[in-house]
Amino acid sequence: MEYTVETKTYSGVPVNYGEAIRYAGAKAADENLYALIKSCIEECDKENAVNYAVCFAVLPVKVDGDAADFSAFTFKSKNLAYVLRGAKSALIFACTVGMGIDRLIKKYSELNPARALVFQALGAERVETFTDFFIKDYEKTFGIETSPRFSAGYGDLSLNAQKDIFNLLKPEKRLGLTLNDSLLMSPSKSVTAIAGINGLCQNDKSSCKDCTKKDCGYRR
Amino acid sequence: MDIRQFIKENNLILDGATGTELQNVGLKVGELPERWNISHKDVLISLHKAYYDAGSNVVSANTFGANSLHYDDAELEEVISAAIENVKTARELSTGTQPKFIAADIGPTGKLLQPYGDLSFERAVEIFAKTVKLCVKYGAEIIFIQTMNDSYETKAAVIAAKENCDLPVFVSNAYGKNGKLMTGATPSAMSCMLEGLNVDAVGVNCSYGPDELSGVIDELLDCSSLPVIFMPNAGIPKNVNGKAVYDLAAEDFSESVAKAVKEGVRIVGGCCGTSPNYIKLLSEKIKGLPAKEIVPKGLTRISSYSHEVRCGNKTLVIGERINPTGKKRFKQALIDDDKSYILKEGVSQAECGADILDVNVGIPDIDEKTVLPETVANLQAVIDLPLQIDTSDFVAMEKAARLYNGKPLINSVNGKKESMDAVFPIAKKYGGAIIALTLDENGIPLTANGRLKIAEKILKEAEKYGIKKEDIIFDTLCMTVSSSPDAARVTLDALKLIKEKTDCRTSLGVSNVSFGLPDRETLNAEFLTLAMNYGLDMAIINPFSERVMKSVYAYSALTGKDVNFEKYIEFATRNAATAQKPATVSDNTEIGLKTAIIKGFTDEAAKSAARLLTDKAPLEVINEEIIPALDSVGKGYEEKTVYLPQLLMSAEAAKAAFGIIKEKSAVKSGTIKCDFVIATVHGDIHDIGKNIVKLLLENYGFNVIDLGKDVPPETIVDEVVKRHVPLCGLSALMTTTVPAMEKTVQLLKQRAPWCKVIVGGAVLTKEYADKMGADKYALDAMETVRYADKIFNEL
Repeated sequence: MEYTVETKTYSGVPVNYGEAIRYAGAKAADENLYALIKSCIEECDKENAVNYAVCFAVLPVKVDGDAADFSAFTFKSKNLAYVLRGAKSALIFACTVGMGIDRLIKKYSELNPARALVFQALGAERVETFTDFFIKDYEKTFGIETSPRFSAGYGDLSLNAQKDIFNLLKPEKRLGLTLNDSLLMSPSKSVTAIAGINGLCQNDKSSCKDCTKKDCGYRR
Repeated sequence: MDIRQFIKENNLILDGATGTELQNVGLKVGELPERWNISHKDVLISLHKAYYDAGSNVVSANTFGANSLHYDDAELEEVISAAIENVKTARELSTGTQPKFIAADIGPTGKLLQPYGDLSFERAVEIFAKTVKLCVKYGAEIIFIQTMNDSYETKAAVIAAKENCDLPVFVSNAYGKNGKLMTGATPSAMSCMLEGLNVDAVGVNCSYGPDELSGVIDELLDCSSLPVIFMPNAGIPKNVNGKAVYDLAAEDFSESVAKAVKEGVRIVGGCCGTSPNYIKLLSEKIKGLPAKEIVPKGLTRISSYSHEVRCGNKTLVIGERINPTGKKRFKQALIDDDKSYILKEGVSQAECGADILDVNVGIPDIDEKTVLPETVANLQAVIDLPLQIDTSDFVAMEKAARLYNGKPLINSVNGKKESMDAVFPIAKKYGGAIIALTLDENGIPLTANGRLKIAEKILKEAEKYGIKKEDIIFDTLCMTVSSSPDAARVTLDALKLIKEKTDCRTSLGVSNVSFGLPDRETLNAEFLTLAMNYGLDMAIINPFSERVMKSVYAYSALTGKDVNFEKYIEFATRNAATAQKPATVSDNTEIGLKTAIIKGFTDEAAKSAARLLTDKAPLEVINEEIIPALDSVGKGYEEKTVYLPQLLMSAEAAKAAFGIIKEKSAVKSGTIKCDFVIATVHGDIHDIGKNIVKLLLENYGFNVIDLGKDVPPETIVDEVVKRHVPLCGLSALMTTTVPAMEKTVQLLKQRAPWCKVIVGGAVLTKEYADKMGADKYALDAMETVRYADKIFNEL
């Protein structure tokens, strides 16, 4: 089976303040919180703390019942199979915004937890926004449409799937993105995911409604 | 032929890619390539032979990922012995007539080191050591550490190599598009650390083609006194019909790499996408080229995880604030294990313009052997300045130098035999630059000449260890003028004399000079200017002293060392901005402490607390202002009119007010309710939630003992038992770490049945918590506080 893993870097991904505020656990921002977020963004810029990089591969996929067969590996997951239905191939990728934001989170978790919380939220917003940005760019470049992205640990897809995704993409070498013994990624502000290409599942960007975790604090 | 001798006189040709070549002939996704050493022996032998035939002097065995994370002991030995055997066979079969060597290829573990990943530094050393020993056992002739994209992991691998063999060690790193390693190091920072660690060659491989990496090569050639390695990819992989095609043809590749050899690169080969044909063309192009002489650069430099700091243009500022001498508050922080206080001292000094941070934790009540390495680890995790390891405890010094992520500055050695015997081996092994004090068994000489004699003695002894003189920085010892009016003059004379006679760099602890006199800052600043005029390279000073820092910047500006006055203007602008900084609330309208806390204004809260303390008792301030404010915000949070960030900003403001109260009065015990042990459970590295809970608990008067993250059950229970702690909070974010939490709860129930256990974290539910036997499931920080208060009141 032949496949290529490509690596790409991006810059200038615009900040989505609303999402940053949501990840910080607030429903709305007063002037004070808004100023705090702004100053955190400034510190990120000054420290060059955010570096957008992605590596990705396109693999053929056969969906059969609950199984998605990528020939390099097969994932058993009803939810993933649903998302990939009708797709003949899938985009598998790992996105990261790098180590810098982890350093800032660590720095401020000792010095100023409010700031640490905002960096945490901003990091989550950065990597999510970047991931969407990358997918859009990919869709545009190749004139395709993708399904909603689906990550290991979503629904019934075991977090163990991370191991196969890492074996395929080797993001350790390409992005400095590693997997620890508890299957967490470092740098922490990273996303790996699978998206079906030209399948039946439309990406309507409101993926919360399909999620089985109904008690999630971030549910829209 | 001896390889070390060979590289002194010749350019050295390495091989090309192994991994991508194996994929071309069928290596599958997820398949461990080293297993092919046995299952596809012939493929490997013929590839290695093709490289030797193409002109390679060095062929790397297929051991890139051969480590104990991927293989059990028995298989590890099998794949490594087969790997090296295959290269040996290829060497025998090859028709090439050039000198041929065999390298062990040591690649990264694929894990990130602590604190950002879960692999400890010593565990990494262990993993690499096992591989190195086997490679040596089966006949490797070079240890080639490759493709590392983290400076810390690189250091672990080098230490493992150095501790387990005498073979030449080559190190090449994988740099990103920004010309830095993934974890931030510049090429010069890597060169600095690796030269210190006594490797034989440094360089770059993988990631990009030769043209994209030319900036990295230029930087290395500019600063390295060692042969530079260059083995780029064959350009960048492009997807052509599902197949990875590297976009740089052999002809162009070899042309670009040969050009680098003309510029001074001495060791060349290819990485991903290259093949024997690339190496053949490359070796043909290099054949006639002379090996360009490597000029020793004689740089005095140290480094952090991100950059090097070099002696040269301006006097470097070593911030002296992380040092308990004469600082009551700092001593207390050490005794209380108050990491955030120490960190804050570091961060603030960096903001004030320090180039290097001195780290000294020597007080009688603490164990330096543990605390110094810990402090170094904490600081280097978040501050990018190089550190000066300052201790007279040699065990602590070695431990700190070992786990330091870069090349440290070591403070200090002196002319006493005992000191040199202890410090030089540490500095040699871990590559530190050393501050050398000009004193010995007979004390401090009263004349400049006497101090020069000691300096010469130190240099002679250092040479025996192979320590270069650029790594010795002389401190000519600044004594207090109040006790000896001649002291400053002698120090400066000695400085000048030693600089002239030894051509070494110099350093001074400046603040001593003014001891016992009023307005010390003025004396310090003027003395510093004098010393700089005598050629002082490093000054240990207080970066918070504006008066002294003004001298530093003004001197550079006036002597043309600060090109375009860039630094001076930046400093002056920063100062002006601080002086005129508009407060969040106008200084004229004094807002009350209560309002400041509710609004989350940290500075105002501190100011307001200070004002209140002039006519109120500390406990009154706490009970009438701070607690009601916290309660109001806490209630708001529970009623969902205040959100988490605001709650935290208020908590920060309250903490600042508490800080002022602590500082201005001895009130501490009066406000403490009881102990509360808190930790993120084993296997889990998330600690934001835990830190939020800690902050709130502290504000509500609990003495929080924070055990950190990824804490084993036994450690938590031991602490609870030792102090008979009534409350313990555990945090877990991941479903995968909930079992560790359960184990901790059970162990607590067994060994500390009096202790109430509170659990929380994103994945937990009340059902989970009940099932594992916890006393309380807390949804958030406020709920934890409320419950802890309830239990405290029942005690």
